[in-house]
Amino acid sequence: MINDIIAWLTDSAHRDDIVQRLLEHLQYVLLATVIAAGVAIPAGMWVGHTGRGKFAVVNISGFARAIPTLGLLFFIVLWLGPSLSGDLAFLLPSLIVLVVLAIPPILAGTYAGIDEVDPAARDAARGMGMRGWQVLFKVEVPCALPLIFSGLRSALLQVVATATIAATVGLGGLGRFLIDGLAVRDYPQMASGAVLVAALALVIDLVAAVVQRFAVSRGVTGRFRTRRARVAVGSTAESPATAESPATTTVGTAH
Amino acid sequence: MTHTKTVLTAVSALALAGLAACGSSSGGDPLAQPTGAGSKAPSGTIVVGSANFPESELLMDIYAGALKAKGVTVDTKPNIGSRETYIPALKDGSIDLVPEYTGVLDQYFNKSAKATDSQAVYDELKASLPSGLQVLEKSAAEDKDAVVVTKDTATKYNLKSIADLGPVAKDLVLGGPPEWKTRESGVPGLKKVYGLNFKEFKPLDAGGPLTVQALKNGQVQAANLFTTDPNVPANGFVVLEDPKSFFAAQNVVPLITKSKVNDTVSSALNAVSAKLDTSTLAGLVKQVVIDKKDAEDVASEFLKQAGLA
Amino acid sequence: MDWFTSHLDDVWRLSVIHAYLAGIPLLLGLVVALPLGWLARRFSWAYPPLIIGTGLLYTLPSLAVFILLPGILHTQILDPVNVLVAMTVYTVALLVRTVADGLGAIPDDVRLAANAMGYRPVRRLLGVELPLAVPVISAGLRVAAVSNVSIVSVAAIIGVEQLGSLFTDGFNRDFFAPIVTGIIACGVLSLLFDVVIVVVTRLLTPWTRARAAS
Repeated sequence: MINDIIAWLTDSAHRDDIVQRLLEHLQYVLLATVIAAGVAIPAGMWVGHTGRGKFAVVNISGFARAIPTLGLLFFIVLWLGPSLSGDLAFLLPSLIVLVVLAIPPILAGTYAGIDEVDPAARDAARGMGMRGWQVLFKVEVPCALPLIFSGLRSALLQVVATATIAATVGLGGLGRFLIDGLAVRDYPQMASGAVLVAALALVIDLVAAVVQRFAVSRGVTGRFRTRRARVAVGSTAESPATAESPATTTVGTAH
Repeated sequence: MTHTKTVLTAVSALALAGLAACGSSSGGDPLAQPTGAGSKAPSGTIVVGSANFPESELLMDIYAGALKAKGVTVDTKPNIGSRETYIPALKDGSIDLVPEYTGVLDQYFNKSAKATDSQAVYDELKASLPSGLQVLEKSAAEDKDAVVVTKDTATKYNLKSIADLGPVAKDLVLGGPPEWKTRESGVPGLKKVYGLNFKEFKPLDAGGPLTVQALKNGQVQAANLFTTDPNVPANGFVVLEDPKSFFAAQNVVPLITKSKVNDTVSSALNAVSAKLDTSTLAGLVKQVVIDKKDAEDVASEFLKQAGLA
Repeated sequence: MDWFTSHLDDVWRLSVIHAYLAGIPLLLGLVVALPLGWLARRFSWAYPPLIIGTGLLYTLPSLAVFILLPGILHTQILDPVNVLVAMTVYTVALLVRTVADGLGAIPDDVRLAANAMGYRPVRRLLGVELPLAVPVISAGLRVAAVSNVSIVSVAAIIGVEQLGSLFTDGFNRDFFAPIVTGIIACGVLSLLFDVVIVVVTRLLTPWTRARAAS
């Protein structure tokens, strides 16, 4: 099987196709994650900062996670498809599904990050005369960055893997190799598609890890809680694995 | 005391997921095969499969119902996928019987298939089947692949037959199931037989809502739909004629594993084939697709009226 | 609504299958993830490869895994075992990290106290560390449960029946009722899994309630 995959991937006849599908896939992933972050990060900040709407965040996250992706996709395609023209009819339903998928981890990460900021740091900031929004952006957000990143990376990984499903409803991306391969029982093509998805996920996570390393203040990574935090931050930096656990732990215990 | 207690706690921690797993289902042995999804049916059972479109599922239910009425134990496996998937499933014993169409099946097993009229296709198909498989009698019911355009497109380019697409295909996007991209009875064949070079091929679904929607909304200008599809008349789509008989005759026929054939089975299925014709089949499909009735109910109603169950 | 009430049998049958296909792998996945997570925590050299490796597994698209597994396992194409194995892999992918982090979050003082009380390593792991890690592990399990319920439905595309079959059936016929029913049934199933995990976790961690009460 491995030889088949290598042969398929290195076949020059597939090169243009691979590049095109990779770029399409990347485009869906970034678009969905940016939209989801645009919704979830401000919402998470607001809830974490004010302490209001905790219950709603936990339940909306839980609810969104419980919606089966395939069912939601089919529903939206049948519902919106007839009124959309051009390529939007294929793009929009898949995009909505991916955004719904990406919101919970980002929301939970942001909220948990801000909520877990040491109250002493918050009090100190107030004591220095900072206003609410200054406390949020100068103290809480920098301190929460590791968990916000953790949520973002978790969302990215899920979206990369799930964006493949969009090919079942006529969209491009790496999922095309899976669906087209499935339709004609072309195993090397499918396996290569899967490998490309995993490789893309790995690269995206590495890039995110590098960005995180530069974005998060060393003061935060160094003394952000004691032993456990050091372990969590260290591991996210060196591993592409999903950083689900810190964020979801909080969701779990918040119930 | 404490020792036993701590070990117990540890063991229950291990069992946590176990409880989670069976707590919300019907209970019983969690390692037992899921009901209805068992992989190996008892040897007397005939497992009827279907492709991933409503007509195939309907025919699956008709075959299953007809066999059941004759005392045969049956199990069904709907929505397996395209031919490229369910034929391997038939070969590896996952299923034993599947509704098929003579022309495309012939082309699947015989790359140099030539026959176009109903009887010749059937004879050629019988000769090209692999040794473990067998087709029973074909029915008069035909459901061909077709190239379909909207009324507007037909008027605009003055299209009556697939051949008329020749000069304009370069401006049109063709939609169809993903397997059409490489299948001989799909895009490559259209190019070879009619010299059609479409601007693009858009992989959608097997004559499902995606294709209908895309054709209606103009994402594709020509599409592969089936001739029995009730969506074609419902939307005023135009089925292009096929003067070169590119789409060979497509009679509905049961494809079955040879070892499962006996007199009861073949007489039950042949009786179904004898009662099916194109307009009957189209009417039944309409009940499923447009009236949203259950395929199973439509099948049993048909069998009752035909005196087969 | 009419459709739902007239198809209760089908929905129930598919729900039970779905519960098995999503639930059994939770148990199997936990059993596999516990030793792997412990290994990753116990030997620091094992942490990166184990966490990276299992994390990567989660990024494999489910559709590809469902279809490629028969070739690897030499099972039949429509065998539900393929789905069970795939879901176990995803569960392990999510849980190894959780188990490792859960065990890692235990304060050194607790470990030292257990040592002082004469606990040997194995008994300390089973009797002290694992029970204390239960809340973290259970949080991971809840994520895995919901994720499994969603991913299993994709298997409908390859003809393995469960609630996802309602999606493909509804889609093929441009019919909302089965799709909506399937979505709701999946949601209810996720909720049930969640409740069971939460209840079992509470039973296993009586000290958290004692703390809350005081």
